[in-house]
Amino acid sequence: MWKKHGKLERHSMLLVLATLVVVSVGGLVEIAPLFWLESTVEKVDGVRPYTPLELAGRDIYVREGCYVCHSQMIRPLRDEVERYGHYSLAAESMYDHPFQWGSKRTGPDLARVGGKYSDGWHVDHLKDPRAVVPESVMPPYGFLSETELDYRDIADKLKAQQAVGVPYSAADVTNAKADLEAQADEFSDASGLKARYGQKITVRDFDGAPARVTEMDALVAYLQMLGTLVDFSTYQAEAPENRR
Amino acid sequence: MSVTTSAESRTPLDAVILAVGLGLGAFLSLLMAAGTADPLFRIHAYVFLAAFTLGLGAVVVRLTDPARSGDASRYMDGVVRAGVVASMFWGLAGFAVGCLIAAQLAFPNLFYFPDLPWTNFGRMRPLHTSAVIFAFGGNVLIASSFYVVQRTCKARLFGGLLPWFVFWGYQLFIVLAATGYLMGVTQSREYAEPEWYVDIWLTIVWVAYLLAFLGTIWKRQEKHIYVANWFYLGFIVTIALLHVVNNLAIPVSAFASHSYSLFAGVQDALTQWWYGHNAVGFLLTVPFLAMMYYFVPKRAERPVYSYRLSIVHFWSLIFIYIWAGPHHLHYTALPQWAQTLGMTFSIMLWMPSWGGMINGLMTLSGAWDKLRTDPVIRMMVVALAFYGMATFEGPLMSVRAVNALSHYTDWTIGHVHAGALGWVGFISFGALYCLVPWLWNKPGLYSIKLVEWHFWIATTGTLLYICSMWVSGVMEGLMWREYTSEGFLAYSFVETVSAKHVSNVIRLLGGLMFLGGAGLMAFNLWKTIRMPSAEPEAARLVAQPALAAAE
Repeated sequence: MWKKHGKLERHSMLLVLATLVVVSVGGLVEIAPLFWLESTVEKVDGVRPYTPLELAGRDIYVREGCYVCHSQMIRPLRDEVERYGHYSLAAESMYDHPFQWGSKRTGPDLARVGGKYSDGWHVDHLKDPRAVVPESVMPPYGFLSETELDYRDIADKLKAQQAVGVPYSAADVTNAKADLEAQADEFSDASGLKARYGQKITVRDFDGAPARVTEMDALVAYLQMLGTLVDFSTYQAEAPENRR
Repeated sequence: MSVTTSAESRTPLDAVILAVGLGLGAFLSLLMAAGTADPLFRIHAYVFLAAFTLGLGAVVVRLTDPARSGDASRYMDGVVRAGVVASMFWGLAGFAVGCLIAAQLAFPNLFYFPDLPWTNFGRMRPLHTSAVIFAFGGNVLIASSFYVVQRTCKARLFGGLLPWFVFWGYQLFIVLAATGYLMGVTQSREYAEPEWYVDIWLTIVWVAYLLAFLGTIWKRQEKHIYVANWFYLGFIVTIALLHVVNNLAIPVSAFASHSYSLFAGVQDALTQWWYGHNAVGFLLTVPFLAMMYYFVPKRAERPVYSYRLSIVHFWSLIFIYIWAGPHHLHYTALPQWAQTLGMTFSIMLWMPSWGGMINGLMTLSGAWDKLRTDPVIRMMVVALAFYGMATFEGPLMSVRAVNALSHYTDWTIGHVHAGALGWVGFISFGALYCLVPWLWNKPGLYSIKLVEWHFWIATTGTLLYICSMWVSGVMEGLMWREYTSEGFLAYSFVETVSAKHVSNVIRLLGGLMFLGGAGLMAFNLWKTIRMPSAEPEAARLVAQPALAAAE
């Protein structure tokens, strides 16, 4: 047997090929089935693509590296469910390109932070975390309320999301800019936005400065919808089709 | 292979191809800069343009002056020397950023600057991880692999200017990644944060790296490919595969810096951790084992302990490592069958990992006395000890019940640093201490005493770091799940944050000691380089016989 290995040691391309075969097995067995096993993602009512404003906010969440300290994945453990809410379902991140489950909780989990605090709390906390929570080690994000949101490419963003499989309609793309502006203004006519994304969409000025749409508006809009899509009063975790 | 004397008058093909490529690149980056409305993308287009123009200038100078193209009868060591300097530079930078973010968590009132968004933890942390993994680790690997493959094949590096393209191309990748993080250009995939266009650039550089490495193996005068080169080759090939699959994404437009991952949710998470765990496996383990297989026997002047063990643990290590990714996703929305598979293989991984450790440690048989006299050997042995410890702790943490406690806590951070500071750091330091006198033809290091100091300061710092993170990790994990006798959660989240303050301060101290040790090292190496040279012919191709594996 050891003599046979000599062949690999004398032929570099054979060695490269053998290596490629050996390292491919694990990924093929573990990852590939996730794309066709239907039980991977449960069927749940309520999960929808992000509105343009929420998507812009999510991009800021990614840009600032929030995932470095905040998870968005509640595990089915007693203390986590009591602290954060119902454990996270695969379906809740089915439109997340990329996923934001995180790997570290230097700060608390944010999977269901939506609606737990007021917009004002979020703005104050983001501006100066230690003014609200003295023991916090979070960085300050005051610059978000001073920076106007650059959403010139929001339609392109929706189109790119479409390309990776998020079911935005053609109307969603053409109205992206208008929808974004409508959601950040509580006096706007948001009927189109609600027709496209659902009646539960919150339409208001999120950052307390109605004159303009800032990055703070977008980020808070995103935070306030996190984990609110699925109605857990009707979701049956113990039903056979939801057991995995 | 024939050893020809170069410096002839004909135009070298490698330089022409490179010049055309760089010219094309410069033109493309000009288009990028002109066509974009995204200010961050434009900055990066200008960085590309500047790099390509400088590169083109350098190639033209080389073309007009054939005397500069180097003596083909010698090993190509200039690029290795550049790699050693780059490793030391990026190492110091990466460790320093690590200390800064440790300070931010220990003293948030002092180290956050509201007017400087780019100094925030969320942007600095990827800068730290990428700087130490890819800038420090990557440069050590590229430099050491270029050194080792030449010696063990008795052949000059393949491709003329190709290795230089790999070196400078890789530095450009580092600059693009680092500036991108600071400006907020990221795709949020841990250890794969650079955006799509930087990923494409790295792919080009990586293919060139594979070509330079393989080409040298093709030119070898030894019949067998030495064991260190299997590990290097495994690293280069597998990282290419991981990098390409994990970074599949659709850019917002051809002129925008941002992109969206091709996969979503569960599938995206497992793809990312398949990559993430194997960045540990195939970047921070496999090629550093390659370094072990060259530098430990060389420094100890003993043959590798067991040839058969090296075969068994090489193939089992690369086969099993790939499966381990799902242990990062225990109790998540990932299907349980995948979690169980990941956990099973993670536990199995313990064996091939220790196979490598044993093969390295036992190589010192008959030379154990050198631990007393040679701090460089001691550094590499301690590296192996940390490797053994971290690869025992890893399988332990991959058990679901243990992971329920350890996941999301500082315990993971401690574990990672046992591997990163203890194993990767120390084996790299050992190799660099070996390489500098060899590359610059010096009789030895400037000061062995300083190496002793470096060793003890860095070892103590590493232990302080790991222990403080164990304590804070286990503590916060237990506090999160603590209940009062009435059945309520005992602690609010923020109480667990403030409880970690002391650990955070100790961690910062440990990090500063590790940085201080590296500072001593940089000083020592710089003084070594400035020493008068020993015999000038040491770098001749025929001078050093390749090291054969012992049966």
